[in-house]
Amino acid sequence: MSSLYQVLTPAGELTAAIDGRLDESMMINMYEQMVRVRLFDRKSIHLQRQGRMGTYAPFEGQEASQVGSALALKPGDWLFPTYRDHAAAIVHGQSMARVFLYWMGHMEGSISPKGLNIMPPCVPIATQMVHAVGTAWASKLQNEQHVSLAYFGDGATSEGDFHEALNFAGVFQTPTIFFCQNNGYAISVPFSQQSASKTIAQRAAAYDIPGVRIDGNDIFAVWLTMQEAVERALNGQGPTLIEAVTFRYGAHTTADDPKKYRDQEKLAKEWRSERDPIQRLRTFLVRRGLWNDAKEAELIARANEQIDAALAEAESYPKSRPEDMFKHVYAEPTWMAVEQEGELAKPAKKEDIPA
Amino acid sequence: MIRKLTMIQAITEAMDQKMAEDSRVMLLGEDIGVNGGVFRATEDLIHKYGATRVVDTPLSEAGMIGAAIGLAMNGLIPVVEIQFLAFIYPGFEQIVSHAARMRYRTRGQYHVPMVIRTPYGAGIRGPELHSESVETFFAHVPGLKVVAPSTPYDAKGLLIAAMEDPDPVIFLEPTKLYRAFKEEVPEEMYCVPIGKAKVVREGTDISIFAWGAMLRVAEEAAKRIEREQGASCEVVDLRTIYPLDRDAIVQSIKKTGRAVVVHEAHKTAGMGAEIISIINDEALIYLKAPVKRITGFDVPVPQFSIEDDYLPTPARVMSGIVETLTF
Ligand SMILES: Cc1ncc(C[n+]2csc(CCOP(=O)(O)OP(=O)(O)O)c2C)c(N)n1
Repeated sequence: MSSLYQVLTPAGELTAAIDGRLDESMMINMYEQMVRVRLFDRKSIHLQRQGRMGTYAPFEGQEASQVGSALALKPGDWLFPTYRDHAAAIVHGQSMARVFLYWMGHMEGSISPKGLNIMPPCVPIATQMVHAVGTAWASKLQNEQHVSLAYFGDGATSEGDFHEALNFAGVFQTPTIFFCQNNGYAISVPFSQQSASKTIAQRAAAYDIPGVRIDGNDIFAVWLTMQEAVERALNGQGPTLIEAVTFRYGAHTTADDPKKYRDQEKLAKEWRSERDPIQRLRTFLVRRGLWNDAKEAELIARANEQIDAALAEAESYPKSRPEDMFKHVYAEPTWMAVEQEGELAKPAKKEDIPA
Repeated sequence: MIRKLTMIQAITEAMDQKMAEDSRVMLLGEDIGVNGGVFRATEDLIHKYGATRVVDTPLSEAGMIGAAIGLAMNGLIPVVEIQFLAFIYPGFEQIVSHAARMRYRTRGQYHVPMVIRTPYGAGIRGPELHSESVETFFAHVPGLKVVAPSTPYDAKGLLIAAMEDPDPVIFLEPTKLYRAFKEEVPEEMYCVPIGKAKVVREGTDISIFAWGAMLRVAEEAAKRIEREQGASCEVVDLRTIYPLDRDAIVQSIKKTGRAVVVHEAHKTAGMGAEIISIINDEALIYLKAPVKRITGFDVPVPQFSIEDDYLPTPARVMSGIVETLTF
């Protein structure tokens, strides 16, 4: 049970034939997406340091898990990210500008693009898992061929909502995919202290649903596993629990210092040099003659341009106005809200002293 | 020697000293051990008291609050840290259905001497759901005490009192004030009694009632009104939200005849309504003007781009004061 499903080794070699299940253009796309989101992530950290963005949750190291899983979705499927899954959201079609906006403290940053069901980043741990059961259940009841994909971390598996979601999904056989990125830590708490069970995948047995443990830094394994889970869901065979074993290289958020609870240098270096998701795919593609330095340089230039454009868009987005907080609280504003909005306008400027 | 501490240092010291004195006291929470808590309130305590008394729990608020109830019923004094007030909800049922009612249900056979500490309130540019102030939820539940200090001195004394209290105490720590300023805090252990307000500024024309981070806003408004309008403002720090210090409220009204209540929680059904109701019941005939509430709005605490517009400002409090004075 604790063995990992792996297709592409850290050395960039295939462990099993992929016999036509993955074509070359898909592989290149996977690589390009991972590079793109890594650059986005690094840029975000810089922006936070420069005071142009608020607290940010980085995902570097988890690109294969997020990109590989999101690539298995179709428009119309439902994606439930946490605060760390912007890569997944971007790959599924969220604009980078919106993601920037969200972390710049604007609610408008979580507006889903038309035709896509990308939910706002979920801040309370594990709560979105139950929603993904609900949307999937509705898809099933309405005979829509759509899956719901819920992301969560290893820490989330300790909350009641995790168990309630798995139980419901099992009972109602909903087309839900529970995708855990086990990055080893819930802030400072290592998985060994989070749970006495050896793996997260084994928990699936309690609910009688399939549970798979995969190398979360191997994008082929992620994608192929997702394909199967999607197929099963759409065939009416219910939910799947996927445990993708991965690592976050950096801090939990920009407000956290990982040196306090783990040997940061050593662990991050190990994962980076021995298991990096981008590096291994690059090795594989280069060996097959599908990738080279010129392409790499061109990709980086293109990605940076796109990121800069998104940033310019986010930074030129109209400033939120105080009255915006009263919008969308109810379909129709209540009298209390109307009155209170008037109160807001009372002192013309905040520091105006009343006469 | 004068020793000045921030509120977070005062909180750490309260736990440290209590743990040293009483081996029944233990701490539970997410990231409170090795990491010292996300705000460092438990910094180094794991090194002093070990991992059985400073426990990094699995990520489960229902788990830690529920377990703490059992620990408390069976002889220990657990102090649970919830990372941010909005993350208390998975443990809400345990608080409301169990911690609050155990003494009542068992006709006094068992009781739950536990403390739930949590940062609360806006003004720190936190992400979504990191800035709530929903003290009313807890004040509404019989069986709980709800405390919110506004200074390092009070934080230490009230937290020690909370750990010595035989009933469950929800201890709300204004995040904005954790490191906002230092003040003299005695080195020895002392209690600030739960349920007692404090007049932090004497005045004769109007009373301003506040707690937590809003106390500073109230004080600022009072100072400016005095300077610019010459009116004399009394500022009362309620310090405990449940049980309210009714006498202090009524005494102050008898003196001034006017009042505003300032809180950052949403207006509707906020504690301001309760305070006004107490004034109506006990001191109506002393009133020269209706009591005003200056509060957060009935909207979710907005993202930080407009978070400051949600919070009462000294200017907003000042207009409330002026309106009341000129009624
Ligand atoms: C209900 C709840 N409790 C506590 C928190 C504070 N918190 C935010 S992230 C986090 C750790 C989550 O770890 P994990 O689920 O493993 O996800 P990861 O951050 O590693 O991606 C905690 C405790 C929260 N957001 N929600």
